[in-house]
Amino acid sequence: MRLWLPVVAVTVATWMMKGSGPLALGDRQLPPTAVKVSALMAPVLLAGLITVDLGGARWTDLNWQQVVGVGVAGVARTLKAPMLLAVVFGIASTALIRLFLA
Amino acid sequence: MAAVSGGDQREAFVDGVRQGAGPGAAIFVLALAYGAAASVAGWGLAVPLVFSALGFSGSAQFTLLTTLSSGTAVAAVTAAVLINARYVVMSVALNDSLQGGRVHRAVQAQALADASFVVAHRGDGRFDIPRLIGASVPQWLCWVTGTAVGLLAAPSAHLLNAVGADVTFPAFFLMLALDEVRKSRRAIVAALLGAAIAAALLFVTTPGNALLGATAGALIGAIHGNPERNRRGEQS
Repeated sequence: MRLWLPVVAVTVATWMMKGSGPLALGDRQLPPTAVKVSALMAPVLLAGLITVDLGGARWTDLNWQQVVGVGVAGVARTLKAPMLLAVVFGIASTALIRLFLA
Repeated sequence: MAAVSGGDQREAFVDGVRQGAGPGAAIFVLALAYGAAASVAGWGLAVPLVFSALGFSGSAQFTLLTTLSSGTAVAAVTAAVLINARYVVMSVALNDSLQGGRVHRAVQAQALADASFVVAHRGDGRFDIPRLIGASVPQWLCWVTGTAVGLLAAPSAHLLNAVGADVTFPAFFLMLALDEVRKSRRAIVAALLGAAIAAALLFVTTPGNALLGATAGALIGAIHGNPERNRRGEQS
């Protein structure tokens, strides 16, 4: 029960947050400015997620080998590599660096 | 609103499944780490599995797992809920594209996941809901399966680190971000602003709050790219 209560609380809160737009707005349309903002939400959230994932709380998780791997994946994708292959390049780069440093 | 045929919806759903497979692979690796960490924390099998199946939120699940062992249950739940506050913003953005009554729309919105939100984005503030749901299917399957494998195999954090597993998640998000910023100059500006805001906020607040703060980049980007405002600025 010590574990179940927090798990249920977080699960229900997540459901409510995911459904909050329709529950609060119903079928009312967003004003044009809000539509413009929502159009930019995807790239902004992605940029934020990458930053937060690499940095961690107070930037204590920052790891240059991980940053290099992510950078290699980005360069490979920019050079038209398929998405999965680009990520594999990135993972392999970081794994090789860590192997050499071990 | 133009009627969308069942065939088009099926096609969009299948396309979503296909596009969700890549992020799903990244999520599987993350779920392995979550399952392994839950096993080490003594959570047993049922709680983490049910949590992954019903909660389907990596950031909140990791937050609860790490904070519950070091603080009170109320503080741990609050931290886990706050890290998901971005879903409120995403849900509002999604609302115009959802169909049906209030409750039906809220049920459809349960398919929200970070990568699915991006995959479903048409580029004009509208979202393709069958594609959103399709993209979430492989991610959900990978998240639950990965949690189960992580719980049973319990790979060490050292092993996951050595094989570069920590690169998977941010690298996949970078792939999606590169596709997004190709759509417009405004998207590039907004993404850079979002990253800069998150980077600055990480020094003073939790990652969840930093992520929520980053969404201000969309607001600033929209104002920056408003032709009417820019024209007025040039005249003054």
